Amino acid sequence: MGFSEADWQAIWLTLRLASTVTVLLLLIGTPIAWWLATTVSRWKGPLAALVALPLVLPPSVLGFYLLLLMGPSGPVGKLTGALGLGTLPFTFWGLVIASIFYSMPFVVQPIQNAMESMGRRPLEAAATLRAGPWDRFFTVVLPLSKPGFVSAAILGFAHTVGEFGVILMIGGNIPGETRVVSVQIYDYVENTEYARAHWLAGSMLLFSFAVLLSVHLFRQRDARSAIGVLGR
Amino acid sequence: MSGDIDARFQLAWVEGEDDGFSLDIDVRIPGRGITAIFGPSGSGKTTLLRCIAGLQRADRGHLRVGGETWQDRRHFLPAHRRPLGYVFQESSLFAHLTARGNLDYAIRRARPAPAREQAERVVALMGLAPLLDRRPQQLSGGERQRVAIARALLVSPQLLLMDEPLASLDAARKQEIMPFLERLRSGFDLPILYVSHSVDEVARLADHLLVLERGRLVASGPLSQVLGRLDLPLRLGEDTGVVLDGRVLERDAHWGLARVAFDGGELWLRDSGDTVGQGIRVRILARDVSLALESHSDTSILNRLPATVVEMADDADRAMLLVRLRIAGKERESDVVARLTRRSVDHLRIAPGKSVWAQVKSAAIVK
Repeated sequence: MGFSEADWQAIWLTLRLASTVTVLLLLIGTPIAWWLATTVSRWKGPLAALVALPLVLPPSVLGFYLLLLMGPSGPVGKLTGALGLGTLPFTFWGLVIASIFYSMPFVVQPIQNAMESMGRRPLEAAATLRAGPWDRFFTVVLPLSKPGFVSAAILGFAHTVGEFGVILMIGGNIPGETRVVSVQIYDYVENTEYARAHWLAGSMLLFSFAVLLSVHLFRQRDARSAIGVLGR
Repeated sequence: MSGDIDARFQLAWVEGEDDGFSLDIDVRIPGRGITAIFGPSGSGKTTLLRCIAGLQRADRGHLRVGGETWQDRRHFLPAHRRPLGYVFQESSLFAHLTARGNLDYAIRRARPAPAREQAERVVALMGLAPLLDRRPQQLSGGERQRVAIARALLVSPQLLLMDEPLASLDAARKQEIMPFLERLRSGFDLPILYVSHSVDEVARLADHLLVLERGRLVASGPLSQVLGRLDLPLRLGEDTGVVLDGRVLERDAHWGLARVAFDGGELWLRDSGDTVGQGIRVRILARDVSLALESHSDTSILNRLPATVVEMADDADRAMLLVRLRIAGKERESDVVARLTRRSVDHLRIAPGKSVWAQVKSAAIVK
């Protein structure tokens, strides 16, 4: 039977969403991870907990609050409305923002772990070699944390692909705009189209397995750095 | 660099159940040669070095190096602005770069950048040519430290700080690196602060010595003077002894011996292959010096030197005494220390001012 045109549309949308979110998360997550890895501030605990919340929070709860925030009467919604951007729920960019929150811990934690396992010594060595703070960050911290970044990118991407609850809460079910693979599968099951559901569900299963296997193999290859959410 | 280093640091921290640690030091360090910072572990050697490097901030600190202020009440020059090189205890090479990449990291940031010949000279001096394309993980501990030393030299430092660079190596690797460190001393006009808790390293390398204990400076001065002091709380035990700077006068090929002159006298030592006229350093351990009231020729001991007892002090071992002897020549003089049993001292009625013969059973050329 294979994939229908609607399936392909959902797959394409899912990949587009996951890629966008992964790129943005690497940009946002890196400074957060660096701050968490190095700070001695008393705000470290609260921020770390905030970042980790999606690990334990039901997606519907996260989606509910994001919906309120970004809706027409929420503070974010009012702002985007005033800026002429409309409201974000039920749009692709609404999903992107929700997914950034939802997948944040899967990106921040591997990077943070890699940065922490690096220790202070390479930074001190770089300082005695005349490297200033920014120089040290780009020439020492980033390359030495590379395994963490690879894990973070793979896990962030995969976790966004596997999203369902938050998307349903905030994006609904609009073909080509917010109907991702997981939602498509849900629709098939609702309509008892099990054969179609099998195609997509089976593909997701294989995809997820392949992703986790690749993280494992990558980590084995680079066993020096203790990284990753899964390893904890 | 001309000009001395004036360092004054005070810092304290409290740790768990321990009494914590405090450092309170005010010292002037010569701006040339190798100054060893010596002391037992926990005495604050590394902390002092890190304060000088700017890697650690003292609560109160004042640091002037060669006329430039690196730290005072208002200013704190961050580590990356201080013209120094630092060799850490264990290798601190960047794991993501090859040996060459590590050296380039320093060369690119050096002010002034080292000339190409200078870089090649450092690579040759440290014997790195065959190692350049390897990654740190593919190098032995000794090789890694050689790369780390070269990297610190290539950043064009005005001051080189070394924190027990041999401590993480086994005895064989230490012997492998030592010649490179000696080349460092002779090959560069660069003041070096060398942290160590090994008397052997200090005796071989240092020109000056700072002795630290529990965060306080207990002695500082030229190596031979400090090592010859008996009042140091420094308990070296079997390692107690002095070093003398000397010069090879002649070599006796038949017996494999060399005649070495030092301030105040001469010694016959096992020939270590040094050429006549070469400056060498001789280490005489206190346990290898015995005393006699007359010069005996019916003894196997080759070196018998007329000496005067200067002072005596208790040894950590209650059966033993340390005796400082002055060996005086026409113009110059040197001190050696003998470690004797109290019983012998009593028996021979040894006391300050007494003339004796110092019998040096063995002495080693350490460089």
